[in-house]
Amino acid sequence: MNSEALIEISDLNFSYGARPILKGINMTMHRGKVIAIMGGSGSGKTTLLRLISGSVTPSAGYVKFDHQMVHQLNRNALFKLRRKMGMLFQFGALFTDLSVFDNVAFQMREHTNLPETMIRDLVLMKLQAVGLRGAHQMMPTELSGGMARRVALARSIALDPALIMYDEPFTGLDPISLSIIGSLIRRLTDALGMTSIIVTHDVQESLKIVDYVYFIADGVIAAEGTPQEVSQSVAPFVHQFVHGEEEGPVPFHYPADAYGMDLNLESRLA
Amino acid sequence: MPKRIISIIQGIGHRAIEGTWQVGLASRFFILVLLKSTTSLRRFGLVMRELYFVGVLSLIIILVSGLFVGMVLGLQGYETLQKFGSETAVGTLVALSLVRELGPVVAALLFASRAGSAITAEIGLMKATEQLAAMGMMAVDPVARVVAPRFWAGVISMPFLAAMFSVMGVFGGYLVTVVFIGVDEGSFWSQMQSNVDFRQDIMNGFIKSCFFGVAVTTIAVFEGYDAKPTAEGVSIATTRTVVTSALVILGLDFILTAFMFRGIS
Ligand SMILES: Nc1ncnc2c1ncn2[C@@H]1O[C@H](COP(=O)(O)OP(=O)(O)O)[C@@H](O)[C@H]1O
Ligand SMILES: [Mg+2]
Repeated sequence: MNSEALIEISDLNFSYGARPILKGINMTMHRGKVIAIMGGSGSGKTTLLRLISGSVTPSAGYVKFDHQMVHQLNRNALFKLRRKMGMLFQFGALFTDLSVFDNVAFQMREHTNLPETMIRDLVLMKLQAVGLRGAHQMMPTELSGGMARRVALARSIALDPALIMYDEPFTGLDPISLSIIGSLIRRLTDALGMTSIIVTHDVQESLKIVDYVYFIADGVIAAEGTPQEVSQSVAPFVHQFVHGEEEGPVPFHYPADAYGMDLNLESRLA
Repeated sequence: MPKRIISIIQGIGHRAIEGTWQVGLASRFFILVLLKSTTSLRRFGLVMRELYFVGVLSLIIILVSGLFVGMVLGLQGYETLQKFGSETAVGTLVALSLVRELGPVVAALLFASRAGSAITAEIGLMKATEQLAAMGMMAVDPVARVVAPRFWAGVISMPFLAAMFSVMGVFGGYLVTVVFIGVDEGSFWSQMQSNVDFRQDIMNGFIKSCFFGVAVTTIAVFEGYDAKPTAEGVSIATTRTVVTSALVILGLDFILTAFMFRGIS
């Protein structure tokens, strides 16, 4: 397998205002791999994707995509770089005023001068890959949640990007749609030689399809490894996350004053 | 007590500062849209598509309202003018009121509540459902691709809608006074023709509606683009478009009228 690194992340720091979100992240992502990023809500997973796509700028460290420093690019260079990236948003984010066909054709029409006959063939091929060629005339509002996400997947591979990022692609799907999306991500990654980054809470589904897993907690990488390594891991954090346990290093209680103080027990007793 | 007064003054100051900020941000957005309009001009099909929506949305309500406003003007004008025996001047009254004031102003108010609110809701929803973010990720600028075509469609259609409103209004006035009441048809039209000046009246009305078109559409696209990306945020933004547009139209109308019609009898 081709193991050249597509993305190198080095000592990446980011804060919103004074509040640090990411504190020194290091990652290397190789071509042709599916990588999962896991962590609790608000742990900075989406922020990490936004850093990779250059939507926000790191306060220290860097993201290198295909040997280019993302945050040092000017606007034109960044837009050029983004043509090599696809992003699947949580609920698909299909353009509601365009048909399924026009959604998939959108980037081809915006960025290429391909004749309409060729665009038609390409769009139908992409839709065929996600099993929805028959739905090309439908409008996004007519699609089920799972279908909308498959169309969005077809749209994000329209220009054969080197990288696709999926932000919580499994949220709100029924079990069947969920494993369809999961295996599609794996199959398309292998067939097109892309790299896929999946941000997800769905441990069981993603461990089936990914090559490597990072756990983010408190702004740092708490654990990482192959699916076998993490499912056998005895590290308390990983164990708690993989097995979905309530008790562990991630507390159930949000930090607060002592319970007795909050209820004024001390003062009442006094 | 002084504490309460201070907090009231603080509240007023806070609102004033916030309002000023909004005006500044909207103006900056207006410039940004202008700078990013090359795509719309190069691919005029994008604007045509929006023109169709804005036109279809507003045309019926503009035509019907114009007709009724003209009919009311005809009735009221006739009632008053006949007391002085000059009921043939009713054509002039109807036409001047419409062309100078009611056409541009009422059409703009209707346009803001029908098309303006729809533009805000559409852009706001596209933001809330991450369609704008997705477009940015596809290396397509949403201001150039989504906002600018809607802006130009609004700016272009406003003067035409105002003209339609005036035409329907004159027809309504004619219907009521000439057809129903029986005012002399010849003097109705000839008085109107000799008293309505193309440059002073029609052009000034046209210029007014151009100003209103720019103002309403700027407010509509700004509020949509600036909306909080939630269902509630979009509904607040839609309301703000209608309210702000109405105030701006009436304020602008006073200023423009003061400049245009000073010293004209
Ligand atoms: N635009 C923003 N401004 C300020 N804080 C933000 C913004 N976006 C996200 N945050 C905060 O940053 C943290 C990480 O957010 P995010 O990356 O979306 O988390 P995740 O995707 O892991 O759930 C959250 O606590 C969130 O409240
Ligand atoms: Mg997130």
